[in-house]
Amino acid sequence: MKPTPHARHAASRLFSRSIVPALTAVSALSLTATAGVAQDYDPTAAITIGSLYEPQNLDNTGGAGQGINEAFNGNVYEGLFVLTDDGDVAPKLVSDYTVSDDGLTYTFTLKDGITFHSGDPLTAADVKHSIERVTAENSASSRKSSLAIIDSIDAPDDATVVVTLKKPSISLPYNLSYVWIVNDAATDITASEDGTGPYTLQEWRRGSALAMVPFEGYWGDAPTNDGVMFQYFTDATAQNNALLTGAVDIITSVQSPDALSLFTDNPDFTVSEGASTTKELMAYNDRIEPFNNPTVRAALARAVDNEKLLGAIWGDYGTLIGSFVPPTDPWYVDLTGVNAYDPDSAKAMLAEAGYPDGFSFTLDTPDYDPHPIVAQFLQNELAKVGVDVSINIITANEWYTKIYKAHDFDATLQEHVNHRDIVFYGNPDFYWGYDNPEVTQLISGSESAATIDEQTAMLTEANKIIAEDAASMWLYLYPQIVVSTSNVTGYPLNGLNSQFFAADIKKAD
Amino acid sequence: MLGYMMRRLVILLLSLFIAAIVLFVLLRLLPGDPAGALVGVGATPEQIAAAQAQIGSDQPLGVQFITYLGDLARFDLGKSFVSRASVLDEISTRLSVTLPLALTAFALALLIAVPMGILAAVKSDRWSGLVLSVISQIGIAVPVFWLGILLVYEFALNLRWLPSGGFPLRGYADPGRAIESMVLPVLTIAIVMSASLMRYVRASMLEVLNSDFIRTARALGDSYTGALIRHGIRNAAVPVVAVLGIELSTTFLGAVVVEQVFSLPGMGSMLLLGIQQRDYPNIQGVLLVTTLLVLLTGFLADIIQRLLDPRLRHEARR
Repeated sequence: MKPTPHARHAASRLFSRSIVPALTAVSALSLTATAGVAQDYDPTAAITIGSLYEPQNLDNTGGAGQGINEAFNGNVYEGLFVLTDDGDVAPKLVSDYTVSDDGLTYTFTLKDGITFHSGDPLTAADVKHSIERVTAENSASSRKSSLAIIDSIDAPDDATVVVTLKKPSISLPYNLSYVWIVNDAATDITASEDGTGPYTLQEWRRGSALAMVPFEGYWGDAPTNDGVMFQYFTDATAQNNALLTGAVDIITSVQSPDALSLFTDNPDFTVSEGASTTKELMAYNDRIEPFNNPTVRAALARAVDNEKLLGAIWGDYGTLIGSFVPPTDPWYVDLTGVNAYDPDSAKAMLAEAGYPDGFSFTLDTPDYDPHPIVAQFLQNELAKVGVDVSINIITANEWYTKIYKAHDFDATLQEHVNHRDIVFYGNPDFYWGYDNPEVTQLISGSESAATIDEQTAMLTEANKIIAEDAASMWLYLYPQIVVSTSNVTGYPLNGLNSQFFAADIKKAD
Repeated sequence: MLGYMMRRLVILLLSLFIAAIVLFVLLRLLPGDPAGALVGVGATPEQIAAAQAQIGSDQPLGVQFITYLGDLARFDLGKSFVSRASVLDEISTRLSVTLPLALTAFALALLIAVPMGILAAVKSDRWSGLVLSVISQIGIAVPVFWLGILLVYEFALNLRWLPSGGFPLRGYADPGRAIESMVLPVLTIAIVMSASLMRYVRASMLEVLNSDFIRTARALGDSYTGALIRHGIRNAAVPVVAVLGIELSTTFLGAVVVEQVFSLPGMGSMLLLGIQQRDYPNIQGVLLVTTLLVLLTGFLADIIQRLLDPRLRHEARR
């Protein structure tokens, strides 16, 4: 995948900050080393990672929260496939797979010589068990509905898994990247684990920290560190302080731009910005007047200066988006030019749509950052084209019952965090009620596409249509900011699906 | 005295029972379903129904209540909706942080407040007494979290003597780091608490110093210091002990703030998290245990008051 301007920028920033201590470490080592290869890092160093997302339990089908993906995906558990930090889907535990011509039968061949942390070998039965854990009735997995198209799973021999689908699903490998392969002998994994990943769980102290150490019998490359510890914080300030005092080496996501100034101009730290998938948007209730009129929605999109909003909230960080699709989704195209900021044409379009004097609506605004500030900004901008916004502050729980379930709203603000979630626009029953048969067709049809290219083409098309239709008002993409001490490198920048692969993290002396 | 203790114990248990009922009712009065919060945005109705069945929120309230009381009678606080871990187990782990924190801070506050308060009373007409009173006033005005941030700034960020927060993975099995991580939180609570305690000690002492029995003791030949120690402190202690009980109780609650500032895995952070996630068993458990601690503290304070002051004992006997 081609790097986005942002990713390149971040990479160069990361490089320029970290090269100096790394070089110093190399020269120091080569001067003192009498034999062996000089290394620019210390393989016996343990890495401490500060995070605000403590898992609630250790089972990702048991409502453990995003923290468990951060700690365990790719570290303790692996899937048949992996969603790489660049957004690609690559084989992990499978050596090979074939799809039948009708797209209904997937045959996976497992890699040889893989064992679980308990010592049991990985077999096809474990894979069957693991997928069924996700689709089980009491599973709270986010992938449960995407995998509901599975008709049956068979294990003809220990190394072969045959998955039969009710209808074709080109995204099956992608969806399987969310499925941990768990030893079928492990019954309850809410407080222990049995995966195949490069680390085994050492200890977890609820409310405090979770530590893991390299797994001796790992089938792949050994980690470049001697273990990682996730130290959990309930307060962002406390987390920043821990980094400042050297109690942690990395913090996984900076939530507020205010804190960044502590690190940006300090040579002891590296601030890197990756591409996030978290989109801030104003969702209209597309079912009701006047938002059922695409011209009105397009006019409102043109009335708001997103660049100014992003600058006010995040300064130099974050990305402008022209639709719901972030650069790490394969169907991304730059659509920022569609319905771009142009208040004059906004007024003309509102008049054309029959609202020469504007109109008024209520904006249901979740009570946590950044929504209240965004609401005020929108109120200001839309007033300039004669649209009167009244802000109604609601709690997350009210949002869930009033908007998500009852669809009882004019417009609302929300952050959508998922990767590849354009599919929501193909579901007319979703809370925002966008119903364009062409888009629904493209999105549902893309699952039956014969090739990835075809799927990508169809979803790119859908992406362009929702942008032209101004289905919602996409304000900006949150930045994904990771800050580390400058002697630590090799960590993932994008953190897709909240993953934080730790095995390549290196710490120089 | 024994009869009094028995009666007091019955009242304690009764209060705890009423608290349990009130907690249950208040939590259920909140709008929304905890199952919704549990499965989150994007859940299908079937997922929500499954979650409801799992945590039992699909049962009628009466059934839920009886189950809750039945479990309580067996000292079973249930399982967390979210983590599915035993509430009692989690509380005991977290109490191992909160109890030492609160008790050490309380002891330290006493060590500071009692001598300073007495000194402020004895020297009340000198400038040194005035200075002490002013210091205590300032201490009362300082919010706990602000003092915590200030201490972190100075001792963790500037001087790098102590960690800015967190608790070691191994807890007390890593004693050096565990103690290190408790120093600033303990200081934070102790400083603020000693300021208000000192004022009570001073006021109570002043009243006693001006009383007839001190004058009589002096007239009978006691030295000023002798009269102070033999009659003053014991008499002044009676009202102070009552206040101490209340102060210690507020420390358990104040730990919520301090644990947040220092990212300590105690009862306070468990309560906050439980409220965010609508984890009713965790909220109920923490509040019940806190209520029990507060009631026990009040009970102990009453007993100590009676031991100190024979007049109260006789009153009770009558």
